[in-house]
Amino acid sequence: MKKLFIILAFLPLISLANEGEVGVSAPIDPTDQVSLQRGATAFINNCLNCHSANYMRYNRLQDIGLTEKQIKDNLLFAGEKVGDTMKVSMSKADAKKWFGAAPPDLSVEVRARGADWVYAYLLSFYRDDSRPSGWNNKVFDKVAMPHVLYELQGEQALNHETHQLELVKPGKLNSSEYINYVADLTNYMAFMAEPAKQQRKHTGLWVLLFLGVLLVLTIKLKRAYWKDIK
Amino acid sequence: MADKKVQTAGLMGWIDARFPLTSNIKNHLTEYYAPKNFNFWYFFGSLAMLILVMQIVTGIFLTMHYKPSAEEAFASVEYIMRDVFGGNIIRYMHSTGASMFFVVVYLHMFRGIIYGSYRNPRELIWLFGVGIFLCLMGEAFFGYLLPWGQMSYWGAQVIVNLFSAVPFIGPDLSEWLRGDYLVSDATLNRFFAFHVIALPLVLLGLVMVHLIALHEVGSNNPDGIEIKAKKDKATGIPLDGIPFHPYYTVKDMVGVVVFLIVFAAIIFFAPEMGGYFLEANNFIPANPLQTPAHIAPVWYFTPYYSILRAVPPVMNSQFPGVAAMGLSVMVFALLPWLDKSPVKSIRYRGSLYKKWLAAFVVSFCVLGYLGTVPSNVWGQFGTWCGGADRATVIARIFAVIYFAFFILMPIYTKMDKTKSVPERVTH
Repeated sequence: MKKLFIILAFLPLISLANEGEVGVSAPIDPTDQVSLQRGATAFINNCLNCHSANYMRYNRLQDIGLTEKQIKDNLLFAGEKVGDTMKVSMSKADAKKWFGAAPPDLSVEVRARGADWVYAYLLSFYRDDSRPSGWNNKVFDKVAMPHVLYELQGEQALNHETHQLELVKPGKLNSSEYINYVADLTNYMAFMAEPAKQQRKHTGLWVLLFLGVLLVLTIKLKRAYWKDIK
Repeated sequence: MADKKVQTAGLMGWIDARFPLTSNIKNHLTEYYAPKNFNFWYFFGSLAMLILVMQIVTGIFLTMHYKPSAEEAFASVEYIMRDVFGGNIIRYMHSTGASMFFVVVYLHMFRGIIYGSYRNPRELIWLFGVGIFLCLMGEAFFGYLLPWGQMSYWGAQVIVNLFSAVPFIGPDLSEWLRGDYLVSDATLNRFFAFHVIALPLVLLGLVMVHLIALHEVGSNNPDGIEIKAKKDKATGIPLDGIPFHPYYTVKDMVGVVVFLIVFAAIIFFAPEMGGYFLEANNFIPANPLQTPAHIAPVWYFTPYYSILRAVPPVMNSQFPGVAAMGLSVMVFALLPWLDKSPVKSIRYRGSLYKKWLAAFVVSFCVLGYLGTVPSNVWGQFGTWCGGADRATVIARIFAVIYFAFFILMPIYTKMDKTKSVPERVTH
């Protein structure tokens, strides 16, 4: 009876796992600094023309192993200062006129959508002549964004019978190279969504260690005081 | 007890001649006698105090950097997360603290229920406690708007709109609450005022009277018997009582550290708690023109939200649902007068009460889960049931059990076969 009751009470908690809507898991490693650096370059070269990352400062890239000089020399193109945030000059109103929707700020996109979603999204563009941009996306149907990385990936088409995407025109990268490219980009975007995440986990270990020691001491203290309570 | 003459010298004597410091320390700590048989369930009161203090302190630091404006709020939270020294930890402490406050308060209330701590002479402690609970719900609701994400915005929109279901004055009432025709900068500003000063003041006052009332009548215990009934003849001290300090201060320290371990594990390793403490949608800035596909309140409101959704509209009015939701929270206040059992503690109650309590806990949890998911989550019944959503029908059944636990309580607590209560506490 008691067991059944406990199981019933906790049943809702068990069913709350499993959300995987996109069906893939992004092969990213937040400790791989080289991947993060490649991803940052990819982000700044491709995404940061239309999408801003208004909460992300360039000098935060020092957290992924770049020096201030490296950032200045390689990643600042329009006279920004290294302490600036990643802004774009395209106005929201213009963007809306040109694309039909203003490109969202990407600072915390991974926290809103999940890394898996971003990864799957970047792999799922296909040719669709019924769309104004000529592109559609299997993960985000009728998205306003065109396929910015098509030169790298090539062109995919949707097979209407199998509902699978097929590469019909190869790009500069072969399929596994493109997957790595997107994985690096996703890895960087995950970092950008919460730059202090790795540091936070590192601090957490020390905090837990301290609390573990404190627990032993408080238990001993409690026992010492309570030994004469009968 | 209060007029006991205190003899102190030196600095203490100087203070005591002007302020009752020593006698207060005695009355509330060193000579406040608590039953010696407190168990696991008795940690949550002091833990709630700890979280209250933590929320106030982290809240003060957040207020230093947060901007209560529709234009800047979202950005200022990200500024705290990235550019303020230690800001991410302070923010996570506050957001996790909100959820943990409810975890702890729900367990504290459950303790009150199983050991009959609301019964004579502790009805007022319980009522003040219900006041604290309501205040806390208000705090959480107002605070949730402040990050100005999509869930903040649409959650507030939905809840304020509930008031428009009140007959006659409804639409005007909800407009008055918002200060605008829809949730906007004006709403954010007033919610900020409620969250950082109005409700915290009320909350602190209520916590104080909750404790004053508790220290007046003394704590209940897992056996549900009054320790003041058996006193030492010479000293007048309850035989089963021990001074709160040092015994329970050192014991509560263990509870505090265990709690902090859980708390730190969440803050440092899973601050979103899989979307239950911080929702993914709330990392998208509020957009009044784009309604999210699925709006759900934070987990601690979901049992009541489920009840709201479960009640069908009557004559095109949502008011019955809103009233049922309000009742589902307020009904806790009636417990002292609904319980007719001759014993207080679950230890000496019969199986009938235990079955009802188990049914209540299960319905609370199931309703809580259903409130977090869309009502079509379990698909639909066949045409024999009008194709109704399975989850809605199940929520209705559990909502009925939820209320039956309270409404039928005078009957089943009287019918229940109780065991005999011991003279002294079991330890």
